[in-house]
Amino acid sequence: MSAVARANRLTPYLFLAPAAVVLIFALLYPIGYMIYASFLDWSPSQRIGQAEFVGLKNYANLLHDSAFHESFWVTIKFAFVVVTLEMVLGVGLALLLDRNIRGMSVLRTVFILPMMIAPIVVGLMWRYMYHPTVGIFNRTIKSWGFDEGIPWLSDSTWSFVAVVIADVWQWTPFIFILALAAMQSLPRSALEAAEIDGASEWQKITLIKIPLMMPVLVVTLLLRLIDAFKVLEVILVLTNGGPGLSTEIIALRIFRTAQEFQELGEAAAMSNVLLLMLMALTIGMFMYTKIQEARAARMRAAAEQTES
Amino acid sequence: MATQIEKQNPAFYALLAALVVMSVGPILLMLATSFKMNVDIYDESVSAFFFTPTIRNYETVLCDVLWYDPDHVQYCDPTFGRALRNSLIVATISTGITLLIGGMAAYALVRFRFMGRGAVSITTLMMRMVPPAVLLVPVFGIWTFQYHLDQSYTGIILVYTAMNLPFVIWILQSFIVQVPIQLEEAARMDGANPLQVFYLVVLPIIKPGLAAAAIFTFRIAWNEFLLANALLGRSTRTVPVTIVNSITEYDIDWGVIMATGMLLAIPPIIFTFVASRQIITGMTAGAVKG
Repeated sequence: MSAVARANRLTPYLFLAPAAVVLIFALLYPIGYMIYASFLDWSPSQRIGQAEFVGLKNYANLLHDSAFHESFWVTIKFAFVVVTLEMVLGVGLALLLDRNIRGMSVLRTVFILPMMIAPIVVGLMWRYMYHPTVGIFNRTIKSWGFDEGIPWLSDSTWSFVAVVIADVWQWTPFIFILALAAMQSLPRSALEAAEIDGASEWQKITLIKIPLMMPVLVVTLLLRLIDAFKVLEVILVLTNGGPGLSTEIIALRIFRTAQEFQELGEAAAMSNVLLLMLMALTIGMFMYTKIQEARAARMRAAAEQTES
Repeated sequence: MATQIEKQNPAFYALLAALVVMSVGPILLMLATSFKMNVDIYDESVSAFFFTPTIRNYETVLCDVLWYDPDHVQYCDPTFGRALRNSLIVATISTGITLLIGGMAAYALVRFRFMGRGAVSITTLMMRMVPPAVLLVPVFGIWTFQYHLDQSYTGIILVYTAMNLPFVIWILQSFIVQVPIQLEEAARMDGANPLQVFYLVVLPIIKPGLAAAAIFTFRIAWNEFLLANALLGRSTRTVPVTIVNSITEYDIDWGVIMATGMLLAIPPIIFTFVASRQIITGMTAGAVKG
């Protein structure tokens, strides 16, 4: 029996082993390696052992690098603008369309399309639409009688707008679908009670639907925020960070620092900064769900006490 | 009644129609352009959607794969046909491996109580946030100098498997929890070992979950650009890399590039229409439980 018992005890580890090996070698180790590499002066032709250890020099460089500051703010601005717009539009549409209309499933299917298509291709088709002469936007504007089209990708303000529009197009459906799912799982009783009490449609939304959906909405917001920091390919194809640095978010800057400027150490330091920002967001999300669960448990306990 | 279809104001249908147009419009425009001659693309008098269609752009892109030689192609560039093959190989194999070992790990996390389970779940969750850009430098360094896996399929498959594992484990967990334990106990009574229980009892039941996970992993491997660009060589490049390489030039051949983009977009579009329900399940499970 003891052999069987031992086999049973080992089973879970055997099942976990392949995944664990892959994750350790191809994810954990590279991340640790990157943290180490951020202290090196390292070019791609060198093995890491030949790279010179320079301590915090890369980080110090980042602190004084105005281009990096610019990227940092562009990233924050981009994430903030994009997520706000998408939350407002997505939740608004969900509130508006939360009814049993024929064609809802078609709408949902169609809405997933922009998220499924490769970011590279999304960038490609928006670049075509923004094209100064053949693009559909400027052609439409000109057909309305204006002489000049909008310099979508060649003006620093407009290029930021252009990048934001493409992202909103691609990701608003994500918020919409999650908000709609949350809304349709709300307890009917609360809404019916409000109806009997004569609540208006607006009151039902602000006093019942939104507060009850809050936990899901916050998680959705944080997920989207994390993803907004990861956006790279769409912007790479659309503007390649330009004109100037107006759309160069950190992820793109890392790519260019490694690929074009061949400064692997500095790219690693930037990656670390980005990773720390995302870590803070993830921990925030995790804490939030834990607090919510604790509060729900307390409320349940309180409800049980009053009942007995 | 939840199932009853309510009669709605026509304005809602108008809004619905507008949303559908907005969301599909750009994709349709790409599709239309991929069938357009370059002369027509640059001619302002030709409408965006009404023109004489041609399959020349596709012939140019696929000339290497086609069984005949299109007349208008003077020099056949084999890059894209090769890239398409590479993309298929990489995405399919990495999806298969990810599902297999991810399913096993998820099963262990759900069914066996052992030390460190909570920690594994949290780590899994934390891994989900790591952006590919962060992996760029270390993966390049390690794969080139230590594993010697640069320019090979194995190298990129390993990266994609690692990138997708956390999500796959997470999503499969939520499906495995719902498998009735009595079924597994019955199988064990009949003398099945844990591996057999997993393959013959659990896996068939969680097929919908596997489908959702497969679509997500395939899509990520199929669409990924950054790491493929850093790791793969001339002969192993995937489609996204070839697309980006061909647009850095000043003069873009819009017809051909749109045909290429369309070919890259077709598999995800097919998945969406075949399995939108599973995709939505995967998306909401990831957010609501994440």
